[in-house]
Amino acid sequence: MVPPSYYAALSAVLFTIGVIGVLVRRNPLVIFMSIELMLNAANLAFVAFGRARGVADGQIIVFFVMTVAAAEVAVGLAIIVAIFRVRYRISVDDLSLMRW
Amino acid sequence: MEWVAFLITGGCAIAFAVGLVVRPNPLHGALFLVGNLFCVAVLYLMLRAEFLALAQVIVYAGAIMVLFIFAIMLLIPGKAEAGPDPLGPQRILALPFAGVLGLIVVLVLPYAAGRAAAPMPTVGVRGIGQLLFTDYLFPFEVTSVLLLAALVGALTLAKRRPN
Repeated sequence: MVPPSYYAALSAVLFTIGVIGVLVRRNPLVIFMSIELMLNAANLAFVAFGRARGVADGQIIVFFVMTVAAAEVAVGLAIIVAIFRVRYRISVDDLSLMRW
Repeated sequence: MEWVAFLITGGCAIAFAVGLVVRPNPLHGALFLVGNLFCVAVLYLMLRAEFLALAQVIVYAGAIMVLFIFAIMLLIPGKAEAGPDPLGPQRILALPFAGVLGLIVVLVLPYAAGRAAAPMPTVGVRGIGQLLFTDYLFPFEVTSVLLLAALVGALTLAKRRPN
């Protein structure tokens, strides 16, 4: 049996790759997908910890995180589409004002 | 045997995640993310979390990624990262910071999980359901309000304004 600490290490690596994606990319959709990657890595850590302790609470937290991720994606993509409708070019560095 | 499966699946998950970050085309990134989500679902199965593995495939890889691909097709921002980068040096500076963060997290998280590999009793779908509708009933109900708020917010944002 693979000990849960290895799953935790794997989730840490995935989380770090997500952080790098958020920091270096300019496309808001790719940044969004990197955030999903980080949420997913956190989920994996939750499940691994729940397995290490032998309780179901970790899996239930993951259930809630999935719901929050779904809500976040719906609202975030609506915001990106609304921005794109006003300005035809879409890059996070151009968006430094709340209103123009 | 389980080690082989873990190494293959974990390696695929990391490779897909790196692909998401380095590929310039967001559509390729979305497909890489789908692969990563499938790999994590397999890891959930290996951690005896069958319900979550299925929910991962249906909710994440099914619903959320379809939404992403819809948005990518709708916007087609493929050229967003062409042209000169106004923040180039700062982006290179991001890599060492991310490296330090990764080092800290990789060192701390497995320590928190504990070294003991004692075989714990597995919790099935029945246990999750019982816990969800007893101890976690209030958060479960709040979730429905959250989804409703997200629905209304997305509709309001996507509505065309008459001007």
